[in-house]
Amino acid sequence: MSELKLMKGNEALAEAAIRAGVDAYFGYPITPQSEVIEHLMAERPEERTGMIVLQAESEIAAINMVYGAASTGKKVMTSSSSPGISLKLEGISYLAGAELPAVIVNVVRGGPGLGTIQPSQADYFQSVKGGGHGDYKLYVLAPASVQEMSDFVEDAFDIAFKYRAPVLILSDGLIGQMMEKVYLKDQQERISDEEVIKKYGGWAVTGKTDRKRNIITSLDLQSEKMEARVHRLLKKYAQMEKEDLRFEKISCDDAEYLFVAYGSSARIAQKAVELARKKGIKAGLLRPITLFPFPKQQLFELADQVKGILSVELNAGQMVEDVRLSVEHKVAVEHFGRTGGIIHTPEEVLEALEEKIIHNERIGDYKTRESSIL
Amino acid sequence: MTEEIIIAGFGGQGVLSMGKILAYSGIMQDEEVSWMPSYGPEMRGGTANVTVILSDERISSPYLKMYDTAIILNQQSMDKFEETVKPGGTLLYDPNGISQHPTRTDIKIYQIEGAKLAAEMGNKKIFNMVVLGAFLKIKPIVKLENVIEGLKKSLSERYHYLIPLNKEAIIEGMGNVSPYTIEEQALPN
Repeated sequence: MSELKLMKGNEALAEAAIRAGVDAYFGYPITPQSEVIEHLMAERPEERTGMIVLQAESEIAAINMVYGAASTGKKVMTSSSSPGISLKLEGISYLAGAELPAVIVNVVRGGPGLGTIQPSQADYFQSVKGGGHGDYKLYVLAPASVQEMSDFVEDAFDIAFKYRAPVLILSDGLIGQMMEKVYLKDQQERISDEEVIKKYGGWAVTGKTDRKRNIITSLDLQSEKMEARVHRLLKKYAQMEKEDLRFEKISCDDAEYLFVAYGSSARIAQKAVELARKKGIKAGLLRPITLFPFPKQQLFELADQVKGILSVELNAGQMVEDVRLSVEHKVAVEHFGRTGGIIHTPEEVLEALEEKIIHNERIGDYKTRESSIL
Repeated sequence: MTEEIIIAGFGGQGVLSMGKILAYSGIMQDEEVSWMPSYGPEMRGGTANVTVILSDERISSPYLKMYDTAIILNQQSMDKFEETVKPGGTLLYDPNGISQHPTRTDIKIYQIEGAKLAAEMGNKKIFNMVVLGAFLKIKPIVKLENVIEGLKKSLSERYHYLIPLNKEAIIEGMGNVSPYTIEEQALPN
């Protein structure tokens, strides 16, 4: 039996972490993410499940605690918001390099710098194009509802352990702060030490007994070995693209125009689809649920069907680059988005579709694109 | 049925909790709901607002430009949100502290003396419930019994003794809401 509640996205995510049997959370408060650690502290999960919740002295300390705890084969997570995630990036690159399963949550706010505390999606590049150094990728889940904030915690850990790789849940201030109905899953038991040894004893540092010692490191000074490690990572990413891509198509069957949007922007674009259809404009929405892997093939196919694509993002134009790469110039792709913490309204999104795509005589003209945000 | 509502006033007036109770009431009758607050600098001492949507279908955008109903509780919010009511929509406001009354003729306008009635009832904190009552009289989108159920859910148990008072406030609001016509504005005070 699942439990029905009205919760903020951040609270639902925190509650889902307890119920998913997460072993440890290390974090540091920052708006608009603080309800995650607040809820975890208030719920006293150490009494409910034995889960450890610790407010570290900084974001950097928290991500390194994640590195240490993840090395033991336990379920570990951290969360922060944009400037805090920037601080964590060194650790995230190390997690990827050392092939450790962990879940990182970014409730994005406006940037660059300290920016603003209001919602934004300006961390798209940071999330899918590395962010930290080196040839690595994160599996990135983008929740668009409070229900998904809850559900994706377990999904993220499934992926993290399937691939022994860090997974990012990329939310934002809107999804984190809003309240919606949420069906919470039943409490799962935390994994026992014996089970960890049985399942992950091949790599995790569980206390050496009679086996060869396991070493967790991202350092390999022998180039051949390091290249082999990079190739191993690349194989995982290829497998993610093949087996774990997620997306949602809304009103795409007869669409002549397509919005591409994720997270909060997808909700707003969905309303823009409704408004467009009332006006007789056949609009549809492709919502990437995973940002890496990206629904390249689906876009490539839709490009044969639609007359133009508008990438709707709360940033100055980031995902639009991946949309353009996916459609390979078969159809014009433009971007629309507000920045600085301002949220675009569904009406604005529809106007942008009409102006930039439907009535744009210079559609697809490279020169008009440069200043598209202004 | 979908009802898109903005509730706006000063921080501390109970704007966010009114929205939360409305959302909970919606859940009690099996509706889809969303509650999207303004957060950030405006919350700290200035205006606060929340968008609440109740629908029998999946809710797309929790963030809107135009609303079916605006519940307005201070002048700054009147300045900002009068124009966001859809033509034919509803504007409900407390005239207390309002110097520039609404002027639109394409919407239905109602007044509730929420602050005054709450003071008369001896508890200024139930102001938001008086206003909620007024709203539910105009738009009975949730049943009173579901509001009470919603209150039980959203208040922690140690505050449950306050539920009868809240119910009384809602009924007081229901009985005291009045339509406001633009002509009244022309009359000298």
